[in-house]
Amino acid sequence: MNTTTEKYQRLYVSDISCASCVNTIEAAIGALPGVDDVEVNFAERTVNVSGDVTEDVLIKTITKSGYTACSLQDNSEDTNKENQELAHYKELLKKTIVAGVISLVIVAVTMLDLLPDLTTFKGQFSWGVVSLLSLFVLTYGGGRFFTGALKSFKNHNANMDTLVALGTGVAWLYSTFVVIFPGSVSEIARHVYFDTATLIIAFINLGSALEMRARGKTSEAIKRLIGLQPKTARVLREGHEVDIPIEQLVMDDVVRVRPGEKIPVDGELTEGASHVDESMLSGEPIPVSKKIGDKVVGGSVNKSGSFLFRATHIGKDTALSQIINMVRKAQNTKPEIGRLADKVSSIFVPTVMIIAVLTMNAWFNFGPDPKLTYILVTTVAVLIIACPCALGLATPISVMVGVGKAAEYGVLIRKGDALQKAGQLTTVVLDKTGTITEGKPVVTALETSEGSSEEELLRIAAGVEVNSEHPLAEAVVEASKEKGLELSSIESFEAISGHGVRALYEQKEVLLGNTKLMEDKGVKLGSLQSRSQELSKLGQTVIFVSLDGKPLGLLGISDPIKTDSKDAIKRLQDSGIKVVMLTGDNRATAGTVANLVGVDDFIAQVLPQDKANEITKLQERGEKVAMVGDGINDAPALAGADVGFAIGTGTDVAIESADITLMRGSLNGVADAVAISKATLKNIKENLIGAFGYNTLAIPIAAGILYPFTGILLSPIIAGAAMALSSVTVVTNANRLRWFKP
Amino acid sequence: MGILVNLLGVLLIAFIIWWFWLYKKQSEATIEGSSIDIIVDSGIYEPSVIHAKQGQEITLRFIRKDSNPCSEKVLFNDLDMSADLPIGKPHNLTFTPDKKGEFEFACQMGMYRGKLIVE
Repeated sequence: MNTTTEKYQRLYVSDISCASCVNTIEAAIGALPGVDDVEVNFAERTVNVSGDVTEDVLIKTITKSGYTACSLQDNSEDTNKENQELAHYKELLKKTIVAGVISLVIVAVTMLDLLPDLTTFKGQFSWGVVSLLSLFVLTYGGGRFFTGALKSFKNHNANMDTLVALGTGVAWLYSTFVVIFPGSVSEIARHVYFDTATLIIAFINLGSALEMRARGKTSEAIKRLIGLQPKTARVLREGHEVDIPIEQLVMDDVVRVRPGEKIPVDGELTEGASHVDESMLSGEPIPVSKKIGDKVVGGSVNKSGSFLFRATHIGKDTALSQIINMVRKAQNTKPEIGRLADKVSSIFVPTVMIIAVLTMNAWFNFGPDPKLTYILVTTVAVLIIACPCALGLATPISVMVGVGKAAEYGVLIRKGDALQKAGQLTTVVLDKTGTITEGKPVVTALETSEGSSEEELLRIAAGVEVNSEHPLAEAVVEASKEKGLELSSIESFEAISGHGVRALYEQKEVLLGNTKLMEDKGVKLGSLQSRSQELSKLGQTVIFVSLDGKPLGLLGISDPIKTDSKDAIKRLQDSGIKVVMLTGDNRATAGTVANLVGVDDFIAQVLPQDKANEITKLQERGEKVAMVGDGINDAPALAGADVGFAIGTGTDVAIESADITLMRGSLNGVADAVAISKATLKNIKENLIGAFGYNTLAIPIAAGILYPFTGILLSPIIAGAAMALSSVTVVTNANRLRWFKP
Repeated sequence: MGILVNLLGVLLIAFIIWWFWLYKKQSEATIEGSSIDIIVDSGIYEPSVIHAKQGQEITLRFIRKDSNPCSEKVLFNDLDMSADLPIGKPHNLTFTPDKKGEFEFACQMGMYRGKLIVE
């Protein structure tokens, strides 16, 4: 598929003030090509459009008609959904109570033998009333099973409803037949099953209600993310600060955020400074410092100072909205492991029906008397106990919780398959720069020769390097800026390829470069040489600086290792995964970093375009490989790996080449993702074993397989309770994942 | 009597196999224009078999009437698409099928089932 779009859009138009506005807007949008339907809600001031048209075109059209429109984040749908779910839940509970109370009455009169014998007219009449009462329970509490079963049947389809309708329907029909024609069955078989039919309906309604409750909890992660979005924003309008609903906020609005408040949308800080807690989005526990020009993310919490920012992304475009969308989509995908259950559940119900017929015939041919009673009890039990729901729910419900759990830790999983594969990894390949290290080289050592000062060294070096675009040069310039030094004015800058640069400072020759350059130009390094070797061993790159043929000193530059890289690598190794580092650096530098962080192996001097090949080589050896990189330079390697992890810098969620995006820069995200995936996979397996096990054991038992050996038969009432509980158990087990800590 | 009951059993099984597995004429529809309404109610998608043309953009307009949570999601596993269906409000799924074949769609539990046939 090349495009997948949801073509239903909502826009907020703040200045709809009369009915004619409604007509104007409806006419303007209705005339657009691709629009199927447009509806303006005067009360809500919203425009709802369905059809193939972009939001941009809609906003422009409305603006042209003289109104201001903005995109509207559609949270109302979620509130709506919650209300509907709550209503359905209450409805199920009501049905449970009504069916339960009537059932208990019927159970009591049956068990206590309160009604006259069926052979008398009085008896027939009283049991007839019970039959009608049961019919009421069946239609009120179980009507949906019967209509569903009928519709499915007409469509050559069979589902849960079919089984429940058949089971309870047969029990009621048989019992009513006995009431009307008591003489047609032998005396010992003259038994009615109204209590069975009604209790099953009560149990199944209760099961559905409990399941619904538990299911609601599985989407808690999404609800939590939606809850991060504040309802109002304080914006500057005509020089005043006013509180407006978030839907009315438009692009480039300047927004005020005070300490303790949530940032409403994405933007760029324009005034003030603060620390912002982004943990709810990225999992990064330490508040991030923000100054003018920095990006702020909607949904994060302002900790200390008050500031202003300009809105750059609103509505569906905010990082938070995109995260919610991505998590939702991922929750709907099924990993490979669930495919078998899918196949089984597609043939499940007709198969159970066939088993029910076989049960019927087996008891007819080989069963004891009264045959009719045994046939009825076993057949109804088989139909009722079989639970396709547990089987069908086993995988998706765990994926829902697992994907949501991962999102809590700043780990965005794109598909269920990635979740499964991440749980089965044997090797994790880490790109060095930007993944293990910060990716921003800094000056970490300064050594001066006798007679020169650190200040002079840095001032001259930075003066030269300001002309260069090399990443190491940036580190030198940045270091001098930090010390507040004024750059020396440099003339005739000239690069000496592979060795360094040459320039003039106050008519004297300045050289910046490696040992080779200094030797070639006859600069005597003396004690600097041994210091340089020490620094190289620490993985630092050394630059010598000389002025007028005399050494001024040296600078050691390195890309610092992220503070938690080592721990994260250890966590991966502890879970049985081999960790390999991949880098373009030379072997010596790579070896030093590899040693420092404790990876199992490293591959050095790999050109960017060859990274994917290295992944393939590992896969050819039978390894299940994950690649962790920044998602931009490593795209082919990420795509080639079994699981591609893009390590983000905050909230860049749109990394297409990655299966899993880590919103914080820490490698702990990889370890978290692996741990959550493993736990989810284990949970799915438990559910699948449980659901398969339940059905393969329960159906034969209900059919009476134990009877010849133990004389035990399963009551259809127990079957109903077991069935109702089985899907609740699956959902509850999946919910256990919510408390998992990676 | 015995033979009759057993024969009835065999016939019932044969009927189940034929009706649910062999008999394939489900409610079919070909997309006229670019969109089609699919009603989600009482355990089925109606129509449940939809014919579409390769390379032509289509809109599947799902209208969910059933409040049962089973009908809440529709998943196209092979096409990597899914949607959450609100009750009583149409939900449009617009896309261009770019490969031929039969693609099943179903609810999360695989009870509601349908098929998109791209020709």
